[in-house]
Parts: sequence; C-alpha cells; structure tokens
Amino acid sequence: MTSHVMPAHSDSHSSADNYLTASKGFLSWALTLDHKRIGLMYLIGTMTAMFIGGFLALLLRAEHLSGAPGFVNHDTYNQLFTLHGAIMVFLFIIPSIPGALGNFILPVMLGAKDVAFPRMNLCSFYLWVFGAIFFVGALLTTGLDTGWTFYTPYSTNTSQTNVVLATLGAFILGFSSIFTGLNFIVTIHTMRPPGMTWFRMPLFLWSLYATAIIQVLATPVLGITLLLLAAERMFGLGIFDPKLGGDPVLYQHFFWFYSHPAVYIMILPGMGIISELISTFSRKAIFGYRFIAFSSMAIALLGFLVWGHHMFASGQSEMITIVFSALTFSVSIPSAIKVFNWLATMYKGSIVLATPMCYALSFLFLFTIGGLTGLFLGALATDIHLHDTYFVVAHFHYVMMGGTLVAFVGGLFYWWPKMTGKMYNEFWGQISALIVFVAFNLTFFPQFVMGSRGMPRRYYNYLPEFQVYHVLSTIGAFLLGFGLLLAAVVLIVSLFKGRKAPANPWGAATLEWQCSSPPPLANFEKTPTVGNPYDMQSVVWDPDTESFVRRGDVPIVPDETEQPAHA
Amino acid sequence: METFRNLLDPFPSQQSTFAANVDAIYYFIFWLSTFFFVIIVAMMCYFVVKYRRVEGQEPEKSPSHNTPLEVTWSVVPGILVLGIFWWGFTGYVDMRSPPAETYDINVTAQMWSWQFKYGTGAVDAELHVPVGTPVRLIMQSKDVIHSLFVPVFRVKQDVVPGRYSGLWFEAKEVGKFELFCTEYCGQKHSDMITKVVVHATDEANVTDEVPQTFDKWLEVASDPLEGGRIPLEQAGEKVIGMFGCLQCHSIDGSNKVGPSFKGHFGQQVQTRDGSVLMDENYIRESILEPNAKIRQGYDPKMPSFKGSMKDEWIDAVIAYIKSIQ
Ligand code: HEM
Ligand SMILES: [Cu+2]
Repeated sequence: MTSHVMPAHSDSHSSADNYLTASKGFLSWALTLDHKRIGLMYLIGTMTAMFIGGFLALLLRAEHLSGAPGFVNHDTYNQLFTLHGAIMVFLFIIPSIPGALGNFILPVMLGAKDVAFPRMNLCSFYLWVFGAIFFVGALLTTGLDTGWTFYTPYSTNTSQTNVVLATLGAFILGFSSIFTGLNFIVTIHTMRPPGMTWFRMPLFLWSLYATAIIQVLATPVLGITLLLLAAERMFGLGIFDPKLGGDPVLYQHFFWFYSHPAVYIMILPGMGIISELISTFSRKAIFGYRFIAFSSMAIALLGFLVWGHHMFASGQSEMITIVFSALTFSVSIPSAIKVFNWLATMYKGSIVLATPMCYALSFLFLFTIGGLTGLFLGALATDIHLHDTYFVVAHFHYVMMGGTLVAFVGGLFYWWPKMTGKMYNEFWGQISALIVFVAFNLTFFPQFVMGSRGMPRRYYNYLPEFQVYHVLSTIGAFLLGFGLLLAAVVLIVSLFKGRKAPANPWGAATLEWQCSSPPPLANFEKTPTVGNPYDMQSVVWDPDTESFVRRGDVPIVPDETEQPAHA
Repeated sequence: METFRNLLDPFPSQQSTFAANVDAIYYFIFWLSTFFFVIIVAMMCYFVVKYRRVEGQEPEKSPSHNTPLEVTWSVVPGILVLGIFWWGFTGYVDMRSPPAETYDINVTAQMWSWQFKYGTGAVDAELHVPVGTPVRLIMQSKDVIHSLFVPVFRVKQDVVPGRYSGLWFEAKEVGKFELFCTEYCGQKHSDMITKVVVHATDEANVTDEVPQTFDKWLEVASDPLEGGRIPLEQAGEKVIGMFGCLQCHSIDGSNKVGPSFKGHFGQQVQTRDGSVLMDENYIRESILEPNAKIRQGYDPKMPSFKGSMKDEWIDAVIAYIKSIQ
C-alpha cells in the first residue's frame, strides 16, 4: 500500500523556500509579479476596506438607537451611509473574492505558475489602490452625500460634496476590475493543464470565469456613465438634467445596466466557494456538477436582462416594467438549482463541521432567505410597497453580506493554511461562525418587518413606532462586528501560534492541495497530476505527514465513462 | 403575547382598495417561501446529524447526478415563480389603471416638503382626500427626484423633475395616515414626512380625529381669509400652516434651515452681499424669489411659491409675521 502512496512534497524542503520567504524587503512585495503575493496584498487591502466600512455601519446603527437626533446630524448621517455603501461595494465586495482568493487560488487550481498576464495583475492591484485613494480623498475633503448610487439630478446639481473625485475613484476601480476579469478569462482559456477539460474544472473556476465575463462586459458601461456624470456636473452637458433637456431616469438605466450585473459579480464567486466547501467537507463529489456550472453561466447572461427591476417605481413605461418583472423571475431559477444541488451533495456524505463548513452552512441558510425575499421584490404589486424601504436593505444584506461576505470568510478559513502555512484554532473559528450567524439574523431580520411596515431607507430620523426594530438591529450589528473581529483575531493569532499546515489538511482533490503549504514561488515543483476535482476518495489520510495524500492507484486522467454521460 | 404578535405583524392597516390584494400576494409568497425554506433547512440539519463524519470511514457510494431529479427541481420552481409573476403583474395593472372618473389633485414635491393643490385654488402641506372616492395625484418635482409613499395605501411613485408622474388610490376609511418621501433627496430627506387626511363625505361620518367633511375642509382651505371675516394675522397663520413654512422657519426666534419669523421685522439684516431692511417688500420678494437675496449664514434652499400663493395670502402672511414680533 505504502508504495502506492506518493507523498505530495516533503515538508522539510518547502519550508525553507516558499513564496513568502523567497525574497525579502518592501520592493520585493511592491513590485512583485507573483499572483500569490498580489492576492495577499488584495486581501489586506480589501479587509481594511471592510473594517472601515463596518465601522461606519456601526456608527449608523448607533445613531438609530433612538429616532431623534443623536450624536451625528443630518449631514453626517447622509455621508455615513453613502461612504459605508460605496466602500463596501466598490472597495470590498466587488474586488474581494476575485482579487484576494481568486488571484491566489486560480493559478494554483490550474496547476499553473501564474496568471496569463502577471504585470497586468499587479497593475490591477495598483488601480485598486489609486481608486481607494480617490475615495479616501473625497472622504477627507468634503465627504460624499449622494448615496452609493449617485442618482441625478441630486448628484449633478444639488450635492455640495466632491462627487467628481468620488466618481473618478469608482471609474479607476472599474478598470481594476476589468483587468482582473480579462486576466482570469485568458488564464482559464489558455493555461488549463493537460487533462483538465472544461468539465473537469473546479466549480470555483467556473464561477470566477462567469464573473470575469460580467466584469469585462458590464464595467465599461459604469465607466462611461460615471464620466458622463462628472462631465454633466462640471460642464452642464444636459444628458441627465431635465432643465437642459436631459433625463434623470436615463442615468438610472445606465447605472443599473452595470450595477445589476454587478450584484452577480458579487455573489457568483461566493457561490463558487460554497461548491468547493460543501463537497470537501462532505467528502463527496459535488452533486450535479454540470447543472451548477451551467447555472453560473446562466446567471451571468440573464443578469444582464433584469436591471429595470430597480426602477419599478421610477415611472418607466408599464410595458417594460412588466417585462423586467418576468425576466427577474427567470434569474431566480439558477440560484434555486444551486441550493438544491448543494443539499444533495451533503446527502450520504461524511460531514464534518470544520469552520469553513460552518460558514458554508450559514451561507446556505442566509442566502436562501436573501433569494426568497427577492421574490417579494420581483413581484410588481408587492415591490411597489417594499421598494426603497428597509425590506430592500435587508434583502441585499442577506445576499451580499449573508451570502458573499460569509462565503468569503469561509473561503478564507479554508485556504488560510495554504496561503500562510498555518492552521488556525478550530474551536474559536467555529465560535466566530456561530456568533456571525446569530448576530447577522438579529441585525437584518427585524429590517424585513420594519420595511414591510413602511420604514423608508436612508432616513436619519424615524417615527417612534419603528424604534424596537432599530434597537434590535443595532444590538445585532455590534454583536456581528464582534463576531467578525473574532474571526480576524483567530486568523491573525494562527500566524504566530498556529500549528504548521500540511499540504492537504481537508482532503480536497483540487490541485491547489497538491503543492506544499505555503506554496513554493513557482507553485509546483513537479507538474501536478490532474484528476477529477471532486473525486475525494482519490486522496487518503496519511498519519506520517498528517496530511491527505494522493493514492497512487487512482488513474491520472480518469476514465471518460466515469464522467456524467449527458451534456 | 398580543404585543409580540403585533411586533411581527408585517403590515400597517389596509386603507386603500388594493391593499388587501397586495397583502394577499405578500402572504402567498411568504408561505410558499417558508415552505421551501423549512424543507431546505430541515434537510440541511438532518444531513449534518445523520451523515456526520466517522473517522476513517468513507461515505458509501451515491450518485453524483440525477438528471430527472435536477430537471424537476428546475422546472417546478419555474412554474411557481411564473404564478407569482402573474399575480404581481395583474395587481400592478390594477394599481396603474385609474377609473374614468377621479378626483384630481396636483402635487409639487420640493426639498423637503410637499404641496398639494386643489382645483379651487386651495393649497396644503398635507394631503386631504375624500373617503371612498378614487383620487388621482398628478405630481411634479421642483428640484431632485422624490417619491411619494403611503404605507397604508400600499402605493408609491417617484416624482421626477421635468415630467408629470401619476398615482391613484381610493381610501377606505376616515383617518390620518403617514406619507413619506422614499427617494433620497438630500439633507432632510427623513423629515419630508406629512399626513394623508381622509375626510368623510357627509356629516354623519366625521370623527374626532377628522372633524370636517371634505367639502367643508376644501371650502375653508380655498379661502383661508374666510371672505375677510377673520383678522388678517389669523388668516396668515393659516396660510403658513397650509404651505408648511414651519418645516424650515420657527416662530420662537430659534434658527432652523431658514431664519426665524420672530425677531427680525423692521430690522436691517445681513445678506450675503450687503444688508437689507426686513420689511413688507423683502418678505414678499423672499416668498416669490427666495434666491434674490440670501441671508448671511443660510443656504439658498427655499423654493419659490410664485403661482401658488395668492397676493391676498401674502398680505396675510406679512400681517402674521408682524404680529408675532
Ligand atoms: C433570487 C434572486 C434575486 C432576486 C429575484 C432579486 C430581486 C431584486 C429586486 C426586484 C430588487 C429591487 C428592489 C427595489 O429596489 O425595489 C433587488 C434589489 C437589490 N438586490 Fe436583489 N435579487 C436577487 C438576488 C440578489 C443577489 C444575489 C444580490 C447580490 C449579491 C442582490 C443584490 C441586490 C441589491 C444590492 C439590491 C438593491 C440595490 C439598491 O437599491 O441599493 N440581489 N433585488
Ligand atoms: Cu424627497
């Protein structure tokens, strides 16, 4: 038996020389072309953005402990919710999974040395940094008070804040996103190793691929829209201003033509992570691989056709409103398919509740609520009542935070041993997942109720009848902040105190677990053997290395007949 | 228990003819979602317990796909959401199709107040409507986008500058209800709240909360001067109430968005580029051309009332401001 087992790599070798220790000094990081270092820098950047955005959210929630003016005034409140939204969307959710986890994992999952265009990759990180600087610039000079949606004519004619600076920031961030997307598309097309056909690709890569298509196709529209907005504000062009013959609703079409697909930029990579986590921790092949892969592509394409559902009350024609409602429902089907497939993957599995799996189950619960509440908003008669209330706020937090952020944290725990070479403390990791789950529901569930009862969003003052819900939500928010901080502490402590991570601690069969933890500079010393990414039984626990290792008797390229026979 | 149920009750009362249908769709989606949600979560929990890992033991083999099953769970939700779409769509068409005969009210939204104008010339900062009568609102905005939202009616419509937008409803009961602005419109967006006052149409049905019939209210509001039967100052106080001036101005000398009505009349006041005597002419100009001379320390935020405030009403406002010095 032992002669069949090929230990992945000897640990003594890799610890001497990995991507973290290969070179030293500030410049070796600042000018690095290594996708892993770029991924880490993205991680630090986006996490910083998340904690700043989160801090602003706590200020907002604290203000809402009472409906009367508290410790901030009208103007500050409006700036807080704008910056919170803009930072979370443009600096955190959109770049986080592709930029941090995608950059690190995608090439390794492909058994490749790097992405197709390493310089462009570094450039995309610096564009992110410049975009962030513009945002912070706007924040420190005049603030921003338009809402993250920059609706005209408020943003062009009325706001006294530095809208131009902030839109330029978002414009630059758009390029960062396009560069990442292009890079991923080309890398996936050209650098898959021999034996990895499209349908033998891990689902995380399918989701990044679908995401990249949206990034490349939709983001330019945002770029142009923001340029037009800045030009309108500076030169009074008359595109959006009705006094000059423009149309403010046109802006909303442009904006949502990007921003609706963008919500799928936010969630698709999260769904990809969940596919990996659930199958690994159930020790079972993902159920219905092709349906999941196709549903990612379906979401990417259908996502382009539903933008008008953000404008049901805007006064767009009734005809188009009805068409958009119908199309909106079509996009809910692929999401439902994924949920059922994830459940079926757990059926007859061998499930272990490691921290990443705790986050994955939490995702399943929260994302399902997020998706189902989308139905209330997609149905016209109910959306008219719920639009622009806290119901919408709760809906998109359930999908963006309960979905994407929770998947991101789960993925971070999952790949942390690979990225840093350290194991985190499992017990405290699980506790953090539990706190995040409970606190999240406490924060956002009451918002569904108050939204249905008519509490409008973006309100500084509110009527006394809504106070109970606001207080519950605020308590939840502080707990949630604590839970996320705990997760961060667990990870950071592991850097100093963590046990050394083996190459494959979880028993996953995707390629990134075949190189040592952390990977050497060139990722693989030997070209890795490509197999079925979800054939968990191709790896077995090896007590000597305390790691899962590949069984020698598994065929390298699996027999075609083992693949699903249908298309 | 009762309070707990109240806390979870998702809706304010149903006060328009289509509220019941909207709520029915809501509850339909709610129970359908709950059904699926409970199944999903129950299965998830069951699997976690039933198939928890036993060290050293691999799971027994199970199929990695099942096309008929997967097609089923794609098609069945597809049919269900088609049903939801259909019901939502028909409900929406009702909400957007006013009957041939409606009582029309013009609405002007501006940062951060509402103005409702009636065919008789009456103007008010609250929306007054007759009960049991289809009412149509013809809305316009003077500045940015606003949105008119009455939760108890389940209606909402953006008010976009540069075009009219419309909305209709029929109120079912006499009473006073909240009306919000739900499109973010700048600094005091959250204060752009007013009331809908639903009046009885005959004396028999008036209540303590709304003691006038709609016709009586309209008669008075159309002529705040009451044909000259009441003192001019008193009429001025009514006009100020009708136009919602106190959203931004105080009568006790304190500063709000604008300067107070009290304590300045007859004085020389500082403007951005000089000073001006606060007299009858300056008040009139400020109402009609508010941005002509901006007071030191204030932003040019006041909308013009040209065209809606009649000359005699302006005289009354001036009389009132003089009277509170
Ligand atoms: C089952 C799938 C979904 C359906 C049917 C759905 C439906 C809707 C609808 C109709 C609205 C407009 C509500 C309104 O403004 O009146 C909306 C808003 C929103 N949704 Fe979803 N949604 C779904 C999934 C998602 C996902 C996956 C995300 C993000 C990851 C998302 C993020 C958002 C955001 C950010 C908004 C509001 C944006 C804003 O107004 O600021 N939704 N959704
Ligand atoms: Cu408004």
